[in-house]
Amino acid sequence: MPFSFELKSANLCYKNVDVLTNINLSIGAGEHVALLGKSGAGKSTLLHALYQQQRSYCALVPQNVALVEALNVFHNVFMGRLNQYNTFYNLLNLFWPQQDKLNDIQQLVRPLGLHDLLFSRTGELSGGQKQRVAIARALYQNNQVLLGDEPISALDTTQARHIMKILHDQHDTVILAMHDVEMALCFANRIIGIKNGSIVIDQPATSVSLADLQFLYES
Amino acid sequence: MAEPIVSLTALYPRSRTVKISLLFIVVAVVCAFFSDVEITTLYPWQEMSRLAHGLITPDFSDFRVIVNALMQTIAFAFLGVSLGAVFGFLLSLVFDYRLVHMTCAILRSVHELFWALIFLQFFGLHPLTGVLAIAIPFSAICAKVYAEIFEEADTAPYNALPGGSRRVVSFFYTRLPMVWQHIKTYTSYRLECGLRTSAVLGFIGLPTLGFYLEVFFKQGLYSQAAALLLTFYLLIATMRWWLRPQLLLVYLILSIYMLLPAAVDIDMANVKRFFTEDIVPYPLRALDDGTTTVFATIQNFFHWFYELFWLQAFDGIVQTLLLTQVSLVLSGMLALILFPLITRHFQGTIGRGLGHGFLVILRSTPEYLLAYIFLQLWGPSMLPAMIALMLHNGAIIGHLCGRYANEIVLPNNSIKGVNLFAWEIVPRIYPQFLAFLFYRWEIIFRETAILGMLGLYTLGFYVDSAFEEIRYDRAILLIAITAIINIGIDSLSRRIRQYLRLTTTVQCGQ
Repeated sequence: MPFSFELKSANLCYKNVDVLTNINLSIGAGEHVALLGKSGAGKSTLLHALYQQQRSYCALVPQNVALVEALNVFHNVFMGRLNQYNTFYNLLNLFWPQQDKLNDIQQLVRPLGLHDLLFSRTGELSGGQKQRVAIARALYQNNQVLLGDEPISALDTTQARHIMKILHDQHDTVILAMHDVEMALCFANRIIGIKNGSIVIDQPATSVSLADLQFLYES
Repeated sequence: MAEPIVSLTALYPRSRTVKISLLFIVVAVVCAFFSDVEITTLYPWQEMSRLAHGLITPDFSDFRVIVNALMQTIAFAFLGVSLGAVFGFLLSLVFDYRLVHMTCAILRSVHELFWALIFLQFFGLHPLTGVLAIAIPFSAICAKVYAEIFEEADTAPYNALPGGSRRVVSFFYTRLPMVWQHIKTYTSYRLECGLRTSAVLGFIGLPTLGFYLEVFFKQGLYSQAAALLLTFYLLIATMRWWLRPQLLLVYLILSIYMLLPAAVDIDMANVKRFFTEDIVPYPLRALDDGTTTVFATIQNFFHWFYELFWLQAFDGIVQTLLLTQVSLVLSGMLALILFPLITRHFQGTIGRGLGHGFLVILRSTPEYLLAYIFLQLWGPSMLPAMIALMLHNGAIIGHLCGRYANEIVLPNNSIKGVNLFAWEIVPRIYPQFLAFLFYRWEIIFRETAILGMLGLYTLGFYVDSAFEEIRYDRAILLIAITAIINIGIDSLSRRIRQYLRLTTTVQCGQ
């Protein structure tokens, strides 16, 4: 089914304060977008608005990872497909994980380096591990669009590069808020820059350089 | 006379906290002035030394009585709290509905002992009387606190779920596991409260701890009473070792087994008569007989109400409020004196251990029981009740303040003792202290009303007398009046906390 994200003269607010004003934006299927801007510019707000618009097409990796820390890695990843099975089957997996689901998820988390932690409570994991669980949950959802709010911020460069590749390979459409500009240029095909409450850059990744983006981070 | 260079009032602008504290202290002093405080027994000190002697020479020879009293106390508490927790949990899921939280507020405002007195009239000493007396108010309290716990839980994991996830499933995967630990901790605290309540239910005739204590006290068998009390403290102090999730089912079955022999048939006719006839105000019953006109009935009803209100309720309300306000301030003062006992800034490890032990004993002893003991020693007046309420509530608030104070990190350690207390610690914990105290205000009121059953002229006295005279209509009206004032105090306390901008995490002493 075709879909697209459309914002027309939209004012977006965070905690009842307008953060972004008069935003016009259209993102279609197949695009790999990186949202850039300094901390507090409104990347999360924009991402949230997009998520609300097309929630059923989107898998989300939130900034605060949003795991249920009392549950283990398996449960947190399985949550990505709660909308696909019936209530009974979901509850069965909560109290008694099913072998085939265990196998599926074990395979999914192996490249993320979580295969030894399947039954660890996520509350006991490190920041980087938690972030990878949140990524695994989004991957398991297997949806058309991946929305990520700085999904690799707690990972080292090698790991981050590896995971960025997986994220981009497995999703048709990707929209990520990024703080690592180099990584953004490397994987995205469209760059959107936000500054002072509006979109100041919206160009193909091939036509912008690292230096062109420097002004986004100057006050 | 020379003008002062700096006027004291300008230098010391009264903060809202100071103003409210002063207001409550002034009110308490005025109330104390009007309260009847005296020692009426002839030889209070002699009796006290006999009691003290009994406490240090506990007599465990009546082992079977002690075990039976404790088992019964646990059984009532267990069944009551389990039912309360289950229904409370279900209600907390729909607590947003106005009808639900209003109903809970009403159920909560009636003290467990009043519930017990009501059920006693038609169930008699059936186990249901005790179980329901705990289960009903506890459901309402659990519903409120669980709902607050749910509200505090982070919603981010819920928002990250794929669109179209079923609500039930989302609940079991995100909200429930996130609050589970908190709910478990609170529920075990509730069991501790339930044990105290269950013990006190013995005073109205159920076979729990209070019943045997009263028997021992009446006979002056202080060593036997001491043995019973000490085992009770031991039971509460060791709760974290014997209260295990995997043993819950065993305890539940044992509790039912303990109470079953007393579960005789319930006469439903009694139940029906209680609700359809007995509690209907007396003048209104004449309407059914057709002996009077509607107008005369209404006139009689108002006369009945007027008489009940001015001859009994009014005095009960005044006495209850006097005692409440004095006890509230006394509890606060004692809490400020007690909390350093368990605070690391003032005590070493050993000192704190002793302090904890002391506070556990004070707060595990129900106010009702303490008041009963002091009444035996000093004779009937407000004094025993005040001291009892002060000790129990002061220890609870002191415990909460101590825990809070232990988390304070001080920049330097150069000052010590009274200076440290007055300049560094108290100013830091004071807002929190007030929050704890105001949370307990309605609880102190509810307890004060109940203490009337021991012979003070608070509302409980009139309720108890009405039940004794088999004037159930009066008793129910008096309980309703108590409940309304209780709800009023609850909302006033909430307003004051808002005015002082006090926020606390849930469950502090609720």
